Amino acid sequence: MDFELSEEHQMVERMVYDFARNEILPSIREHDRNGTFPHELLPKMAAQGFMGICLPAKYDGAGMDFISLGLLSEGLEWADSSVRETIAVHLGLHALPIFQWGTEEQKERFLPPLATGENIACFGLTEPGAGSDVAAMTSRARKEGDTYVVSGEKMWITLSDVADRFLVFAKTSQEEGTRGITAFLLERGWEGLTTGTIKGKMGVRASNTGWINMDGVPVPETHRLGEEGEGFKIAMSCLDNARYTVAAGAVGLMKYCLEASVSYARQRRTFGQAIGDHQLVKQLIAQMKQRVDLGELAVRKVGWLKNQGRRNTRETSMAKWYCTESAFATASDAVQVHGAYGYSDEYDVERHLRNSKSAVIYEGTSQIHQLMQADYVFGNRVDRPLRCEMPAYDPDYWQN
Amino acid sequence: MNIIALVKQTPDTAQLSASMDGLRLSAEGGPRIVNPWDEYTLETAIQAREEHGGKVTALCLGPPEAADALKTALAMGVDEAILVSDPAMADSDSLTSARILVAAIRKIGRFDLIVGGRAAIDGNTAATAVQVAALLGVPLISYVADIGSLDPEHRTISAVRLLEKARETVTSRLPALITVVKEINEPRYPSLIGIRKAARASIPVWGCNDLELDASTVGAGASGVDWKTELPTTREANVEMIDGGPEDAARTLVDRLMEEKVI
Repeated sequence: MDFELSEEHQMVERMVYDFARNEILPSIREHDRNGTFPHELLPKMAAQGFMGICLPAKYDGAGMDFISLGLLSEGLEWADSSVRETIAVHLGLHALPIFQWGTEEQKERFLPPLATGENIACFGLTEPGAGSDVAAMTSRARKEGDTYVVSGEKMWITLSDVADRFLVFAKTSQEEGTRGITAFLLERGWEGLTTGTIKGKMGVRASNTGWINMDGVPVPETHRLGEEGEGFKIAMSCLDNARYTVAAGAVGLMKYCLEASVSYARQRRTFGQAIGDHQLVKQLIAQMKQRVDLGELAVRKVGWLKNQGRRNTRETSMAKWYCTESAFATASDAVQVHGAYGYSDEYDVERHLRNSKSAVIYEGTSQIHQLMQADYVFGNRVDRPLRCEMPAYDPDYWQN
Repeated sequence: MNIIALVKQTPDTAQLSASMDGLRLSAEGGPRIVNPWDEYTLETAIQAREEHGGKVTALCLGPPEAADALKTALAMGVDEAILVSDPAMADSDSLTSARILVAAIRKIGRFDLIVGGRAAIDGNTAATAVQVAALLGVPLISYVADIGSLDPEHRTISAVRLLEKARETVTSRLPALITVVKEINEPRYPSLIGIRKAARASIPVWGCNDLELDASTVGAGASGVDWKTELPTTREANVEMIDGGPEDAARTLVDRLMEEKVI
């Protein structure tokens, strides 16, 4: 057993945190206040190789492993959840599923522009009336020759108005429940495809969240991902990727809140001493550190499982549940340590608290994850092998 | 072009810790980083290679851990990295360090341009690179904020120096040594592909034997600088409040100042 980050991982961690400190922090507060998407960051992130960090070099990816993906997510969310969301969606929910489920032709065609950031991609599963209850989706696809005609509406879609590639799910069969769902790769500009932005979010205000409307969009068969009826399995495997980045990001958010709270508790004095010398503030700090350490362990374990090519749905769910709930509690405690100042957007902990609430809702609410964990324990839920498993990380394959 | 980038590893001054009496700063156990000025050094060298071709060699004098700074240099994009390290070299002053670096540069062989940072944030002498130029007998252009032109064919460089109240353009023949300031460029981050390459790289370490240096000519024993800690002297001051109305108070104040021979 080895808990040390490798030299390579340490360099990635240092670089990502430097990037977050120098490129994201200076402008993110204004983006959050104005509810604007930081478009200027995308080319910078692409130039660093972030958009395809764990895609193989043969598809123009950076060829790094899943621990590196976790470190990237952590470092970005240390600065702001919105920026991490871009990686979670673009890579975790779109590019990696193509790598896992796509034909070789699809991988060669679609992955390189995603890895280089030439294309930005999103994921459309949730609908106005179907969130965690995926089988309730009403989007449908009708086959006409070698084309599918897709209609329906997707809601709460991160990057909907920024992306030019869309992985969406629609029912090709109404009778088969989740087994009637199929995955499709759509492109901006196609007839019948429109998008919009949702305003007034509580947090992640520097991220773009919106809707996708599909009104009889003709989708060539070459743009179907996986087999007909395989969409639900694909969607769930996508979540194994994205939930990992969400969990890792939550650790980054907690680290920021802890650092800010320690720094503030050293400076701020009440009753003749630094507030960090008061026992009840110490308790808050200790609890924050406990969550950071345990969350980091959970995330690193999932990264390791992914590198081994081992199924990690349960562990990823556990990490996502624990880390996002912990991040919400930690950000709340950080605001408490900062007192009235923490309640204003003069200090970043206020933004982190608003951001942290979103992650206990999306990618499976905390309640869904608790049900999943209980079902695993009772033996009601067993992960069966998939037709296309994510392969184990092999540097020789990934980097050549 | 053969370019040599002089790189130093320094403590991260943002993370120094103060001793309990508040009088000493300690970098012990803290993170060590590439000297921030040398990030500009590396960017300058890499940009010159990108424009004119050739090779960048990063050269660092320091303890074995300083290899980490060279890994960062490799991840940023230098072609080769060499660590000069030997227990006998510990605590060399700037002139002794310059002598060691010159021996290493001679071992590297042909060079067209040497780039260094304006100073290192730990010692902050701004002397080592200058002394390297003097010992090599090559022209020095310090505090470079812009390279106007670099012409390997005609063997010239024209650079703008950032002075306190002026900018000065200097043209020199090559080979030359320049030290750069932060106005010169925006250092790149190490890329992921660069990190992969750097993590795999093995960095040669040159000691006294490799450089044919007598151990007695390097290190603290051979250095002329003797470091001493001087604390600021404490100054005693009293506060005396003068009561009364403005006129009376002014009169009393003048009397007191004359008494103390201030006026």
